[in-house]
Amino acid sequence: MQNEVMFAGFGGQGIMLIGQMLAYAGMGEGKNVVWIPSYGPEMRGGTAYCTVVVSDKDIGSPIIDRPESIAVLNRPSLDKFHTRVRGNGLLIINTSLIDATTDRSDIDVLNVPANQIAMEAGTGKAANMCVLGAYVGRTKAVTLESLRGLVRYQFKSKPQFIDVNLRVLEKGYELGEQLATKNN
Amino acid sequence: MAKKLMKGNEAIGEAAIQAGCRNYFAYPITPQSEVAEYLSRRMPEVQGHFVQAESELGAANMVFGAAATGELVFTTSSSPGVSLMSETISYIAGAQLPAVFVNIVRGGPGLGGILPAQSDYFQATKGGGHGDYRLLVLAPATVQEAVDLTMLAFQLAFKYRNPVMILGDGMIGQMMEPVEFKPPPPAADLPSVETWATTGAKGRKCNIAHSLFLDPEALEKNNHVLAAKYKVWQKDEIRFATYNLDNNPRLLIVAYGTMARICSTAIDELKQKGVEVGLIRPITLYPFPAAAILQHAKKIGKVISVEMSMGQMVEDVQAAVGHDIHVGFFGRAGGIIPSPDEVVQALEAELRA
Repeated sequence: MQNEVMFAGFGGQGIMLIGQMLAYAGMGEGKNVVWIPSYGPEMRGGTAYCTVVVSDKDIGSPIIDRPESIAVLNRPSLDKFHTRVRGNGLLIINTSLIDATTDRSDIDVLNVPANQIAMEAGTGKAANMCVLGAYVGRTKAVTLESLRGLVRYQFKSKPQFIDVNLRVLEKGYELGEQLATKNN
Repeated sequence: MAKKLMKGNEAIGEAAIQAGCRNYFAYPITPQSEVAEYLSRRMPEVQGHFVQAESELGAANMVFGAAATGELVFTTSSSPGVSLMSETISYIAGAQLPAVFVNIVRGGPGLGGILPAQSDYFQATKGGGHGDYRLLVLAPATVQEAVDLTMLAFQLAFKYRNPVMILGDGMIGQMMEPVEFKPPPPAADLPSVETWATTGAKGRKCNIAHSLFLDPEALEKNNHVLAAKYKVWQKDEIRFATYNLDNNPRLLIVAYGTMARICSTAIDELKQKGVEVGLIRPITLYPFPAAAILQHAKKIGKVISVEMSMGQMVEDVQAAVGHDIHVGFFGRAGGIIPSPDEVVQALEAELRA
Protein backbone atom coordinates (compact mmCIF):
# COMPACT_ATOMS: atom_id res chain seq x y z
CA MET A 1 0.00 0.00 0.00
CA GLN A 2 1.44 3.35 -1.03
CA ASN A 3 -0.20 6.77 -0.67
CA GLU A 4 1.12 9.75 -2.59
CA VAL A 5 -0.12 13.29 -2.18
CA MET A 6 0.82 16.80 -3.20
CA PHE A 7 -0.28 19.78 -1.11
CA ALA A 8 -0.19 23.05 -3.04
CA GLY A 9 -1.04 26.65 -2.19
CA PHE A 10 0.75 29.93 -1.60
CA GLY A 11 3.53 30.65 0.87
CA GLY A 12 2.15 31.15 4.38
CA GLN A 13 -0.77 28.73 4.12
CA GLY A 14 1.13 26.06 6.02
CA ILE A 15 1.57 23.76 3.05
CA MET A 16 5.00 22.46 4.04
CA LEU A 17 3.80 21.93 7.62
CA ILE A 18 0.84 19.67 6.81
CA GLY A 19 3.06 17.66 4.47
CA GLN A 20 5.59 17.19 7.25
CA MET A 21 2.86 16.28 9.74
CA LEU A 22 1.63 13.58 7.38
CA ALA A 23 5.19 12.28 7.00
CA TYR A 24 5.76 12.28 10.78
CA ALA A 25 2.45 10.47 11.28
CA GLY A 26 3.41 7.79 8.76
CA MET A 27 6.84 7.37 10.33
CA GLY A 28 5.24 7.06 13.76
CA GLU A 29 3.11 4.23 12.42
CA GLY A 30 6.23 2.40 11.27
CA LYS A 31 5.82 3.18 7.58
CA ASN A 32 8.36 4.42 5.09
CA VAL A 33 7.90 8.08 4.24
CA VAL A 34 9.49 10.75 2.12
CA TRP A 35 8.70 14.48 2.06
CA ILE A 36 9.92 16.68 -0.76
CA PRO A 37 9.47 20.45 -0.90
CA SER A 38 9.20 22.45 -4.07
CA TYR A 39 12.43 24.29 -4.32
CA GLY A 40 13.49 26.53 -7.09
CA PRO A 41 12.85 30.03 -8.28
CA GLU A 42 9.26 31.02 -7.49
CA MET A 43 7.33 34.25 -7.86
CA ARG A 44 5.89 35.96 -4.79
CA GLY A 45 2.21 35.02 -4.61
CA GLY A 46 2.89 31.99 -6.80
CA THR A 47 2.68 28.37 -5.76
CA ALA A 48 4.42 26.53 -2.94
CA TYR A 49 4.01 22.79 -2.81
CA CYS A 50 5.32 19.61 -1.28
CA THR A 51 4.82 15.93 -2.02
CA VAL A 52 4.60 13.16 0.54
CA VAL A 53 4.81 9.41 0.03
CA VAL A 54 3.66 7.04 2.79
CA SER A 55 4.32 3.40 2.03
CA ASP A 56 4.39 -0.07 3.56
CA LYS A 57 7.36 -0.99 1.37
CA ASP A 58 10.67 0.66 0.47
CA ILE A 59 10.06 3.84 -1.48
CA GLY A 60 11.70 3.69 -4.91
CA SER A 61 11.34 6.98 -6.71
CA PRO A 62 10.91 9.78 -4.16
CA ILE A 63 9.73 12.01 -7.01
CA ILE A 64 6.07 11.61 -7.81
CA ASP A 65 5.26 13.07 -11.19
CA ARG A 66 1.56 12.17 -11.12
CA PRO A 67 0.39 11.78 -7.51
CA GLU A 68 -2.77 9.84 -6.78
CA SER A 69 -4.00 12.79 -4.70
CA ILE A 70 -3.50 16.54 -4.94
CA ALA A 71 -4.93 19.13 -2.57
CA VAL A 72 -5.02 22.70 -3.91
CA LEU A 73 -5.44 25.58 -1.47
CA ASN A 74 -5.38 28.49 -3.95
CA ARG A 75 -6.41 29.21 -7.51
CA PRO A 76 -2.95 29.22 -9.18
CA SER A 77 -2.36 25.73 -7.73
CA LEU A 78 -5.61 24.42 -9.19
CA ASP A 79 -4.72 25.78 -12.62
CA LYS A 80 -1.15 24.47 -12.45
CA PHE A 81 -1.70 21.03 -10.95
CA HIS A 82 -5.20 19.64 -11.64
CA THR A 83 -3.99 17.92 -14.80
CA ARG A 84 -1.29 16.11 -12.81
CA VAL A 85 -3.68 14.04 -10.66
CA ARG A 86 -3.33 10.42 -11.70
CA GLY A 87 -6.37 8.85 -13.40
CA ASN A 88 -8.96 7.65 -10.82
CA GLY A 89 -7.16 9.85 -8.30
CA LEU A 90 -8.40 12.51 -5.91
CA LEU A 91 -8.42 16.31 -6.16
CA ILE A 92 -9.21 18.28 -3.02
CA ILE A 93 -10.25 21.87 -3.73
CA ASN A 94 -10.30 24.60 -1.09
CA THR A 95 -13.54 26.20 -2.26
CA SER A 96 -13.16 29.07 0.21
CA LEU A 97 -10.46 30.58 -1.99
CA ILE A 98 -11.08 28.88 -5.33
CA ASP A 99 -14.19 29.73 -7.35
CA ALA A 100 -13.36 27.29 -10.13
CA THR A 101 -13.13 23.56 -10.55
CA THR A 102 -11.58 21.02 -12.91
CA ASP A 103 -13.06 19.79 -16.16
CA ARG A 104 -11.67 16.31 -15.57
CA SER A 105 -14.22 13.54 -15.20
CA ASP A 106 -11.73 10.73 -14.53
CA ILE A 107 -10.95 11.77 -10.96
CA ASP A 108 -12.81 12.28 -7.69
CA VAL A 109 -13.21 15.85 -6.53
CA LEU A 110 -13.59 16.69 -2.88
CA ASN A 111 -14.78 20.26 -2.29
CA VAL A 112 -13.69 21.56 1.11
CA PRO A 113 -14.45 25.13 2.28
CA ALA A 114 -11.31 25.02 4.41
CA ASN A 115 -10.95 28.70 5.36
CA GLN A 116 -14.62 28.99 6.20
CA ILE A 117 -14.54 25.94 8.45
CA ALA A 118 -11.37 27.19 10.11
CA MET A 119 -12.83 30.66 10.68
CA GLU A 120 -16.01 29.22 12.15
CA ALA A 121 -13.84 27.23 14.54
CA GLY A 122 -11.96 30.34 15.58
CA THR A 123 -9.04 31.04 13.22
CA GLY A 124 -8.71 31.11 9.45
CA LYS A 125 -5.06 30.20 9.89
CA ALA A 126 -6.04 26.58 10.55
CA ALA A 127 -7.41 26.05 7.02
CA ASN A 128 -4.43 23.80 6.26
CA MET A 129 -5.48 21.44 9.08
CA CYS A 130 -8.90 21.12 7.49
CA VAL A 131 -7.31 20.06 4.19
CA LEU A 132 -5.00 17.59 5.93
CA GLY A 133 -7.96 16.14 7.83
CA ALA A 134 -10.04 15.84 4.66
CA TYR A 135 -7.20 14.06 2.83
CA VAL A 136 -6.64 11.57 5.60
CA GLY A 137 -10.39 11.10 6.19
CA ARG A 138 -10.73 10.14 2.57
CA THR A 139 -7.61 8.01 2.04
CA LYS A 140 -6.81 6.74 5.55
CA ALA A 141 -3.13 7.14 4.65
CA VAL A 142 -2.49 7.48 8.41
CA THR A 143 -4.79 7.42 11.43
CA LEU A 144 -6.60 10.45 12.84
CA GLU A 145 -5.10 9.64 16.21
CA SER A 146 -1.54 10.04 14.85
CA LEU A 147 -2.47 13.45 13.49
CA ARG A 148 -4.08 14.51 16.76
CA GLY A 149 -0.83 13.68 18.53
CA LEU A 150 1.12 15.76 16.03
CA VAL A 151 -1.15 18.78 16.44
CA ARG A 152 -0.54 18.61 20.20
CA TYR A 153 3.21 18.33 19.57
CA GLN A 154 3.29 21.04 16.91
CA PHE A 155 1.57 23.62 19.11
CA LYS A 156 3.07 22.62 22.44
CA SER A 157 4.66 26.04 22.82
CA LYS A 158 1.33 27.73 21.94
CA PRO A 159 -1.18 25.53 23.78
CA GLN A 160 -4.01 28.00 23.23
CA PHE A 161 -4.06 26.94 19.56
CA ILE A 162 -4.26 23.18 20.16
CA ASP A 163 -8.02 22.90 20.57
CA VAL A 164 -8.96 25.01 17.58
CA ASN A 165 -6.55 23.13 15.33
CA LEU A 166 -7.85 19.79 16.58
CA ARG A 167 -11.45 20.87 15.91
CA VAL A 168 -10.62 21.96 12.36
CA LEU A 169 -8.60 18.80 11.71
CA GLU A 170 -11.47 16.62 12.90
CA LYS A 171 -14.06 18.59 10.93
CA GLY A 172 -11.95 18.12 7.80
CA TYR A 173 -11.60 14.42 8.55
CA GLU A 174 -15.40 14.07 8.77
CA LEU A 175 -15.81 15.88 5.45
CA GLY A 176 -13.27 13.59 3.88
CA GLU A 177 -15.16 10.54 5.07
CA GLN A 178 -18.57 11.84 4.02
CA LEU A 179 -18.29 14.23 1.10
CA ALA A 180 -17.40 12.08 -1.85
CA THR A 181 -18.72 14.40 -4.52
CA LYS A 182 -18.17 12.74 -7.87
CA ASN A 183 -17.45 15.46 -10.37
CA ASN A 184 -19.49 13.99 -13.23
CA MET B 1 18.09 5.14 18.82
CA ALA B 2 14.63 6.24 17.60
CA LYS B 3 14.17 7.33 14.02
CA LYS B 4 13.97 11.03 13.22
CA LEU B 5 12.49 12.69 10.17
CA MET B 6 15.25 14.87 8.76
CA LYS B 7 16.11 16.82 5.67
CA GLY B 8 19.16 15.36 3.91
CA ASN B 9 21.22 18.50 4.43
CA GLU B 10 20.54 18.58 8.17
CA ALA B 11 21.10 14.84 8.48
CA ILE B 12 24.54 15.20 6.86
CA GLY B 13 25.41 17.92 9.39
CA GLU B 14 24.28 15.79 12.31
CA ALA B 15 26.10 12.73 10.94
CA ALA B 16 29.37 14.66 10.88
CA ILE B 17 28.87 15.63 14.52
CA GLN B 18 28.00 12.05 15.49
CA ALA B 19 31.16 10.93 13.69
CA GLY B 20 33.15 13.17 16.03
CA CYS B 21 33.77 16.10 13.70
CA ARG B 22 33.95 19.44 15.50
CA ASN B 23 35.24 21.60 12.65
CA TYR B 24 33.06 22.93 9.86
CA PHE B 25 34.01 25.78 7.54
CA ALA B 26 31.66 26.71 4.74
CA TYR B 27 30.10 29.29 2.49
CA PRO B 28 26.35 29.07 1.74
CA ILE B 29 25.01 28.07 -1.67
CA THR B 30 21.68 26.54 -2.78
CA PRO B 31 20.73 23.66 -2.54
CA GLN B 32 22.80 22.84 0.55
CA SER B 33 22.68 25.97 2.72
CA GLU B 34 20.67 24.10 5.38
CA VAL B 35 23.85 22.25 6.38
CA ALA B 36 25.41 25.54 7.47
CA GLU B 37 22.13 26.73 8.98
CA TYR B 38 21.87 23.54 11.02
CA LEU B 39 25.50 23.49 12.13
CA SER B 40 25.53 27.19 13.03
CA ARG B 41 23.13 26.16 15.80
CA ARG B 42 24.42 22.65 16.50
CA MET B 43 28.22 23.10 16.52
CA PRO B 44 28.25 25.45 19.55
CA GLU B 45 26.17 22.88 21.49
CA VAL B 46 29.02 20.38 21.19
CA GLN B 47 31.80 22.97 21.66
CA GLY B 48 32.65 22.67 17.98
CA HIS B 49 33.80 25.29 15.50
CA PHE B 50 31.80 26.70 12.64
CA VAL B 51 33.19 29.55 10.59
CA GLN B 52 31.17 30.99 7.75
CA ALA B 53 34.05 31.81 5.46
CA GLU B 54 34.33 34.82 3.18
CA SER B 55 34.28 32.55 0.13
CA GLU B 56 34.60 28.91 -0.91
CA LEU B 57 38.36 29.44 -1.28
CA GLY B 58 38.52 30.61 2.30
CA ALA B 59 36.43 27.68 3.53
CA ALA B 60 38.49 25.08 1.66
CA ASN B 61 41.78 26.49 2.96
CA MET B 62 40.45 26.51 6.52
CA VAL B 63 39.70 22.82 5.95
CA PHE B 64 43.29 22.37 4.72
CA GLY B 65 44.65 24.03 7.86
CA ALA B 66 42.51 22.05 10.29
CA ALA B 67 43.25 18.79 8.45
CA ALA B 68 46.99 19.46 8.79
CA THR B 69 46.59 19.41 12.57
CA GLY B 70 44.99 15.96 12.51
CA GLU B 71 41.48 17.20 13.37
CA LEU B 72 38.28 15.80 11.86
CA VAL B 73 37.10 18.53 9.49
CA PHE B 74 34.60 18.90 6.69
CA THR B 75 32.88 21.37 4.41
CA THR B 76 29.82 21.33 2.20
CA SER B 77 29.02 23.16 -1.00
CA SER B 78 27.33 22.83 -4.35
CA SER B 79 28.75 22.61 -7.83
CA PRO B 80 30.09 26.13 -8.57
CA GLY B 81 31.38 26.31 -4.99
CA VAL B 82 33.16 22.98 -5.36
CA SER B 83 34.85 24.27 -8.51
CA LEU B 84 36.26 27.10 -6.41
CA MET B 85 37.45 24.60 -3.78
CA SER B 86 39.08 22.28 -6.29
CA GLU B 87 42.51 23.87 -6.19
CA THR B 88 42.69 23.27 -2.45
CA ILE B 89 41.34 19.73 -2.76
CA SER B 90 44.31 18.98 -5.01
CA TYR B 91 46.69 20.46 -2.40
CA ILE B 92 45.09 18.40 0.39
CA ALA B 93 45.38 15.23 -1.70
CA GLY B 94 49.02 16.07 -2.48
CA ALA B 95 49.78 16.71 1.19
CA GLN B 96 48.00 13.44 2.13
CA LEU B 97 45.60 14.92 4.65
CA PRO B 98 42.18 13.61 5.70
CA ALA B 99 39.16 15.82 4.96
CA VAL B 100 35.55 15.36 3.89
CA PHE B 101 33.96 17.42 1.12
CA VAL B 102 30.22 17.24 0.45
CA ASN B 103 28.90 18.30 -2.95
CA ILE B 104 25.10 18.60 -3.18
CA VAL B 105 25.05 18.89 -6.95
CA ARG B 106 23.05 21.41 -8.98
CA GLY B 107 22.86 21.77 -12.75
CA GLY B 108 25.71 23.38 -14.66
CA PRO B 109 28.02 24.36 -16.30
CA GLY B 110 28.79 27.80 -14.94
CA LEU B 111 26.35 29.11 -12.39
CA GLY B 112 23.81 26.81 -14.07
CA GLY B 113 20.66 26.50 -11.99
CA ILE B 114 19.73 25.50 -8.45
CA LEU B 115 17.85 22.27 -9.18
CA PRO B 116 19.20 18.71 -8.73
CA ALA B 117 21.69 17.22 -11.17
CA GLN B 118 24.46 14.63 -11.46
CA SER B 119 26.61 16.67 -13.79
CA ASP B 120 29.64 16.82 -11.46
CA TYR B 121 30.51 13.14 -11.93
CA PHE B 122 33.56 13.98 -14.04
CA GLN B 123 34.70 16.64 -11.60
CA ALA B 124 34.40 14.32 -8.61
CA THR B 125 35.86 11.15 -10.14
CA LYS B 126 38.41 12.45 -12.66
CA GLY B 127 40.00 15.35 -10.86
CA GLY B 128 38.45 18.78 -10.69
CA GLY B 129 41.73 20.03 -9.37
CA HIS B 130 45.10 19.48 -11.08
CA GLY B 131 47.66 16.75 -10.77
CA ASP B 132 47.70 12.98 -10.32
CA TYR B 133 45.22 12.58 -7.49
CA ARG B 134 41.98 10.78 -6.76
CA LEU B 135 39.11 11.27 -4.37
CA LEU B 136 37.17 8.44 -2.81
CA VAL B 137 33.66 9.38 -3.98
CA LEU B 138 30.55 8.16 -2.16
CA ALA B 139 27.06 8.58 -3.66
CA PRO B 140 24.06 8.21 -1.32
CA ALA B 141 20.58 7.35 -2.64
CA THR B 142 18.58 7.93 0.55
CA VAL B 143 18.85 10.30 3.51
CA GLN B 144 19.76 7.31 5.70
CA GLU B 145 22.57 6.41 3.33
CA ALA B 146 23.73 10.04 3.34
CA VAL B 147 24.08 9.72 7.11
CA ASP B 148 25.86 6.37 6.99
CA LEU B 149 28.24 7.43 4.21
CA THR B 150 29.06 10.75 5.89
CA MET B 151 30.13 8.84 9.00
CA LEU B 152 32.07 6.37 6.88
CA ALA B 153 33.73 9.21 4.96
CA PHE B 154 35.64 10.38 8.05
CA GLN B 155 36.85 6.85 8.74
CA LEU B 156 38.06 6.45 5.16
CA ALA B 157 39.64 9.90 5.06
CA PHE B 158 41.78 9.03 8.09
CA LYS B 159 42.45 5.48 7.01
CA TYR B 160 43.92 6.67 3.72
CA ARG B 161 44.91 10.24 4.63
CA ASN B 162 43.03 11.43 1.60
CA PRO B 163 40.08 13.73 0.90
CA VAL B 164 36.77 11.88 0.57
CA MET B 165 33.81 13.35 -1.31
CA ILE B 166 30.11 12.78 -0.73
CA LEU B 167 28.39 13.37 -4.07
CA GLY B 168 24.64 13.82 -3.63
CA ASP B 169 22.23 15.42 -6.06
CA GLY B 170 20.12 18.35 -4.84
CA MET B 171 17.21 16.06 -4.07
CA ILE B 172 19.25 14.15 -1.46
CA GLY B 173 19.84 17.46 0.31
CA GLN B 174 16.28 18.74 0.11
CA MET B 175 14.10 15.75 0.86
CA MET B 176 13.08 14.52 4.32
CA GLU B 177 13.19 10.84 5.24
CA PRO B 178 13.38 8.91 8.51
CA VAL B 179 16.96 8.45 9.69
CA GLU B 180 18.66 6.61 12.47
CA PHE B 181 22.11 7.52 13.78
CA LYS B 182 23.99 4.34 14.48
CA PRO B 183 26.84 4.73 16.95
CA PRO B 184 30.03 5.38 14.97
CA PRO B 185 33.19 3.39 15.67
CA PRO B 186 34.97 4.99 18.63
CA ALA B 187 37.31 7.83 17.71
CA ALA B 188 40.11 5.74 19.21
CA ASP B 189 39.71 3.50 16.14
CA LEU B 190 41.00 6.31 13.93
CA PRO B 191 44.63 5.78 12.99
CA SER B 192 47.19 7.74 14.99
CA VAL B 193 48.05 11.15 13.56
CA GLU B 194 51.41 11.49 15.34
CA THR B 195 53.58 10.71 12.34
CA TRP B 196 52.14 13.47 10.17
CA ALA B 197 49.97 15.99 12.04
CA THR B 198 51.39 19.45 12.77
CA THR B 199 50.58 19.49 16.46
CA GLY B 200 53.80 21.04 17.80
CA ALA B 201 57.19 19.41 17.37
CA LYS B 202 58.44 19.65 20.93
CA GLY B 203 60.38 16.49 21.71
CA ARG B 204 59.87 14.92 18.30
CA LYS B 205 60.80 15.30 14.65
CA CYS B 206 59.06 18.15 12.83
CA ASN B 207 55.99 17.17 10.73
CA ILE B 208 55.41 19.22 7.60
CA ALA B 209 52.13 19.23 5.65
CA HIS B 210 52.92 20.27 2.11
CA SER B 211 52.35 19.41 -1.52
CA LEU B 212 55.45 21.13 -2.96
CA PHE B 213 58.20 18.75 -4.11
CA LEU B 214 60.69 20.67 -6.28
CA ASP B 215 62.93 17.66 -6.65
CA PRO B 216 61.36 15.57 -9.45
CA GLU B 217 62.52 12.32 -7.84
CA ALA B 218 60.78 13.28 -4.61
CA LEU B 219 57.61 14.33 -6.42
CA GLU B 220 57.48 11.11 -8.41
CA LYS B 221 57.99 9.20 -5.18
CA ASN B 222 54.95 11.03 -3.73
CA ASN B 223 52.99 10.20 -6.89
CA HIS B 224 53.80 6.53 -6.36
CA VAL B 225 52.71 6.68 -2.73
CA LEU B 226 49.37 8.13 -3.80
CA ALA B 227 48.96 5.62 -6.63
CA ALA B 228 49.60 2.76 -4.21
CA LYS B 229 46.71 4.00 -2.02
CA TYR B 230 44.35 4.23 -4.98
CA LYS B 231 45.29 0.67 -5.92
CA VAL B 232 44.27 -0.52 -2.46
CA TRP B 233 40.89 1.18 -2.91
CA GLN B 234 40.28 -0.89 -6.04
CA LYS B 235 40.68 -4.00 -3.89
CA ASP B 236 39.10 -2.92 -0.58
CA GLU B 237 36.72 -0.02 -1.02
CA ILE B 238 34.42 -0.74 -3.97
CA ARG B 239 30.79 -0.58 -2.87
CA PHE B 240 27.60 -1.07 -4.85
CA ALA B 241 24.01 -2.30 -4.50
CA THR B 242 21.91 -4.36 -6.92
CA TYR B 243 18.21 -4.63 -7.73
CA ASN B 244 16.34 -7.38 -9.57
CA LEU B 245 19.44 -9.05 -10.97
CA ASP B 246 18.23 -12.58 -10.09
CA ASN B 247 15.34 -12.80 -12.56
CA ASN B 248 17.29 -13.15 -15.81
CA PRO B 249 16.97 -9.49 -16.77
CA ARG B 250 17.18 -8.57 -20.45
CA LEU B 251 18.77 -5.20 -19.75
CA LEU B 252 21.23 -3.96 -17.12
CA ILE B 253 20.85 -0.41 -15.82
CA VAL B 254 23.74 1.38 -14.15
CA ALA B 255 22.51 4.39 -12.15
CA TYR B 256 23.39 6.07 -8.85
CA GLY B 257 21.84 8.36 -6.25
CA THR B 258 18.27 9.59 -6.72
CA MET B 259 18.36 8.39 -10.34
CA ALA B 260 18.85 4.80 -9.17
CA ARG B 261 15.71 5.00 -7.03
CA ILE B 262 13.68 6.30 -9.96
CA CYS B 263 15.08 3.42 -12.02
CA SER B 264 14.00 0.90 -9.35
CA THR B 265 10.41 2.17 -9.66
CA ALA B 266 10.70 1.93 -13.46
CA ILE B 267 11.93 -1.66 -13.01
CA ASP B 268 8.85 -2.46 -10.89
CA GLU B 269 6.57 -1.00 -13.58
CA LEU B 270 8.26 -3.02 -16.33
CA LYS B 271 8.02 -6.17 -14.22
CA GLN B 272 4.23 -5.75 -14.24
CA LYS B 273 4.43 -5.75 -18.03
CA GLY B 274 6.43 -8.98 -17.90
CA VAL B 275 9.78 -7.35 -18.75
CA GLU B 276 12.71 -7.99 -16.40
CA VAL B 277 15.38 -5.31 -16.05
CA GLY B 278 18.21 -5.30 -13.47
CA LEU B 279 20.14 -2.52 -11.79
CA ILE B 280 23.64 -2.00 -10.44
CA ARG B 281 23.86 1.10 -8.25
CA PRO B 282 27.45 2.23 -7.63
CA ILE B 283 27.77 3.54 -4.06
CA THR B 284 31.44 4.33 -4.62
CA LEU B 285 31.71 6.26 -7.88
CA TYR B 286 35.46 6.08 -7.39
CA PRO B 287 36.62 3.36 -7.04
CA PHE B 288 34.08 2.30 -9.66
CA PRO B 289 32.46 -1.19 -9.50
CA ALA B 290 33.71 -2.03 -12.99
CA ALA B 291 34.23 -5.77 -12.39
CA ALA B 292 30.67 -6.31 -11.12
CA ILE B 293 29.25 -4.38 -14.06
CA LEU B 294 31.32 -6.41 -16.52
CA GLN B 295 30.30 -9.71 -14.91
CA HIS B 296 26.56 -8.94 -15.20
CA ALA B 297 26.86 -7.19 -18.57
CA LYS B 298 28.39 -10.37 -20.05
CA LYS B 299 25.42 -12.42 -18.87
CA ILE B 300 22.74 -9.88 -19.83
CA GLY B 301 24.30 -8.55 -23.03
CA LYS B 302 22.67 -5.12 -22.97
CA VAL B 303 23.56 -2.16 -20.75
CA ILE B 304 22.25 1.37 -20.27
CA SER B 305 23.57 4.19 -18.09
CA VAL B 306 20.81 6.42 -16.72
CA GLU B 307 21.91 9.76 -15.30
CA MET B 308 20.80 13.29 -14.46
CA SER B 309 23.47 14.62 -16.84
CA MET B 310 24.25 14.66 -20.54
CA GLY B 311 26.27 11.45 -20.13
CA GLN B 312 29.29 11.19 -17.83
CA MET B 313 29.28 7.91 -15.91
CA VAL B 314 28.37 6.20 -19.18
CA GLU B 315 32.05 6.54 -20.19
CA ASP B 316 33.14 4.50 -17.17
CA VAL B 317 30.41 1.93 -17.83
CA GLN B 318 31.59 1.57 -21.44
CA ALA B 319 35.19 1.26 -20.28
CA ALA B 320 34.11 -1.42 -17.78
CA VAL B 321 32.33 -3.64 -20.30
CA GLY B 322 34.67 -3.13 -23.26
CA HIS B 323 33.58 -2.39 -26.80
CA ASP B 324 31.95 -5.73 -27.61
CA ILE B 325 28.93 -4.79 -25.49
CA HIS B 326 26.94 -1.71 -26.43
CA VAL B 327 26.17 0.74 -23.66
CA GLY B 328 23.11 2.94 -24.19
CA PHE B 329 22.44 6.19 -22.41
CA PHE B 330 19.43 8.04 -21.13
CA GLY B 331 19.64 11.30 -19.22
CA ARG B 332 17.93 14.55 -18.42
CA ALA B 333 19.89 17.63 -17.44
CA GLY B 334 19.48 21.21 -16.35
CA GLY B 335 17.84 20.26 -13.05
CA ILE B 336 15.11 18.12 -14.61
CA ILE B 337 14.49 14.80 -12.89
CA PRO B 338 12.99 12.22 -15.24
CA SER B 339 9.83 10.51 -14.03
CA PRO B 340 9.69 6.72 -13.70
CA ASP B 341 7.36 6.65 -16.76
CA GLU B 342 9.92 8.54 -18.81
CA VAL B 343 12.60 6.06 -17.73
CA VAL B 344 10.30 3.14 -18.62
CA GLN B 345 9.96 4.54 -22.15
CA ALA B 346 13.72 4.97 -22.45
CA LEU B 347 14.31 1.40 -21.26
CA GLU B 348 11.72 0.02 -23.69
CA ALA B 349 13.38 1.92 -26.53
CA GLU B 350 16.76 0.49 -25.51
CA LEU B 351 15.30 -3.04 -25.43
CA ARG B 352 13.97 -2.57 -28.98
CA ALA B 353 17.27 -1.15 -30.26
